[in-house]
Amino acid sequence: MDILSRIPQLLVYGVISGSILSLGGIGVSLIYSIIGFSNFAYGDMMALGAYIALGLFSLFVSWSIPNTPLGPLSFGFGFILAAIFAIGLTAVAVVLIDRILFNRLRSHSSVILMMSSIGVALALRNILQFFWGPQPHYYIERIQIATVIPGLGIRIKPDQVFIILVTIVLVVLVHAFLKYTKMGKAMRATADNNALARVTGINTDRVIVWTWVIGGALAATAGILAGIENKFITPELGWQMLLSIFAAVVLGGIGNPYGAIVGGMVIGITEEVSTAFIPTGYKPAVAFIIMILMLIVKPTGLLGKRR
Amino acid sequence: MDTLIGIINYVVFFAITAGTYGILALGLNIQWGYTGLFNIGIAGFYALGAYAAALVSGPPPSAWDGRIFGGFELPFLAGLLAAAVVCGIVAFLIGIPTLRLRSDYLAIATIGIAETIRLVLKNESWLTNGVWGLQQIPSPFYDPIHGGVKAFLGNHPDLQGWIHGLFSKAYNWFYLFLVLAILFVLYLIVERLVNSPWGRVLKAIREDEDAVAMSGKNTFSFKLQALVLGAMIMGIGGGVYAYYARFISPASFKPLYGTFLVWVMLILGGSGNNRGAILGSFVVWGIWAGTDFLTEYFPFSATQAASLRIIIIGVLLEAILLWRPQGLLQRERKPSKTP
Repeated sequence: MDILSRIPQLLVYGVISGSILSLGGIGVSLIYSIIGFSNFAYGDMMALGAYIALGLFSLFVSWSIPNTPLGPLSFGFGFILAAIFAIGLTAVAVVLIDRILFNRLRSHSSVILMMSSIGVALALRNILQFFWGPQPHYYIERIQIATVIPGLGIRIKPDQVFIILVTIVLVVLVHAFLKYTKMGKAMRATADNNALARVTGINTDRVIVWTWVIGGALAATAGILAGIENKFITPELGWQMLLSIFAAVVLGGIGNPYGAIVGGMVIGITEEVSTAFIPTGYKPAVAFIIMILMLIVKPTGLLGKRR
Repeated sequence: MDTLIGIINYVVFFAITAGTYGILALGLNIQWGYTGLFNIGIAGFYALGAYAAALVSGPPPSAWDGRIFGGFELPFLAGLLAAAVVCGIVAFLIGIPTLRLRSDYLAIATIGIAETIRLVLKNESWLTNGVWGLQQIPSPFYDPIHGGVKAFLGNHPDLQGWIHGLFSKAYNWFYLFLVLAILFVLYLIVERLVNSPWGRVLKAIREDEDAVAMSGKNTFSFKLQALVLGAMIMGIGGGVYAYYARFISPASFKPLYGTFLVWVMLILGGSGNNRGAILGSFVVWGIWAGTDFLTEYFPFSATQAASLRIIIIGVLLEAILLWRPQGLLQRERKPSKTP
């Protein structure tokens, strides 16, 4: 009985971590479908964004840019400004990595790109560790009191509401971009059939750059939101979420950004609810087992096309 | 003289480790070098093999242990066999849902299984003793060799100091011989296999899977066999490590770094070439060990130096991929190329 009464609360936590997984999943999915490989450096690109935000934020604090908390949130204008710049800078960094490395390896098979992304993953993580050390860093060391939603007995912090709202806004923006802008349509066309897209005059190189910009921006956002939710960041932040993100992507149908949202929510919620029954340490294994079951039942995923 | 003894002892220790990595690289070579299977869960199989061997050969649970299982005190070869069998079973289970799909799925699944193995080793104390790990894993022939040498040196205190320094580590020489012998036997087996008709099918799958399927071969079955065989060899590598280290815990197995080093070894040495795989393990382990001086000559903290070493290996990998993707030793000429 005690276990069952915890479930509504765990569902809420699941939606929060599911939001972060969804954002990461959209990025992984776009890169997979347009550029054609599973990017194992994605988690570390998230961590990169989180650390750039940390660096900028401490810089802004030293410039005494005000950071009085906005309403009930634990952070203010200064942090949001740092986050926005960090998202932009991460996108730039990710495009640079593509130009230096991935773009030159694109003529090889996608497995070489995968392998190269593992090298990037370890290098990025250890660059962060080199400068900031392995210990946790805090954005804001202030404890926020959770609000209890009357009637349901569910506790939720204003920061967590912020995470969910940011995710909804970004999902709508990405959807609108893919659906209505010229570049978005070009991206979808390239994902569908690269050769055909090129024949019809789409500049696929520009499409690739844009994919990295969006993928990098989403990675940074997911990383920063994870930092807000966990209260601290470590160089392992993204790597620890990567398996869950991949599970989300596979569950929703690899290469389908909308599937990544569904998959992210399912994985996030299952991971949290599972903690009522099995040790918390097994969270990543839960995601992995769901993924394997999906591969056995329907490898194309929940929203995947039949191949 | 003491420095020289120190160097000799270090070289022996170095070669034992490099040889163990060579076993892992051979296993990976079957999977990636000959069949094109992308396994990034090597560290998981390595750890699994080490634990399997330790549980089979180690002492039964003591009063302080959290575990209540294992410790059959069986001999060395039984432990290696158990390591190979357990890893083979896990690889089989992973291969079934993933090997019919694009290589990305196997990659993600192998990372997943490595992570799951790590969590199980850490959390399932009844079997693995949790973070405290498994102790007193018996090194084969340790007592006769180490004890014998010790007794001999004890009886001859008049011998010169350097002889004492050299021979006090005599067990390591034996273990080096053992590692190299296992590596050599595995090398012969793998060479024999990949040059058999069976191995030619693997290479054909690597080059063009659809064409092999068209000619009536069950490519799924061949890929599964290669995955299982490679994992079994990795398991043996884990066992070889456990018997030397005598103590293993979840902290002994760095999840991604171990995997990553083996990959760099194989790619640098030349994937699809067994001698290349072994050469690569010694070269990359040499680079890895060589970067140890970073803390001494540069003003870095220990954690910074550790990070820098991994960055160097990462840059090395990217450089090989960009400029010498075939590695140091190229793969032998494919039979299909002959006119």
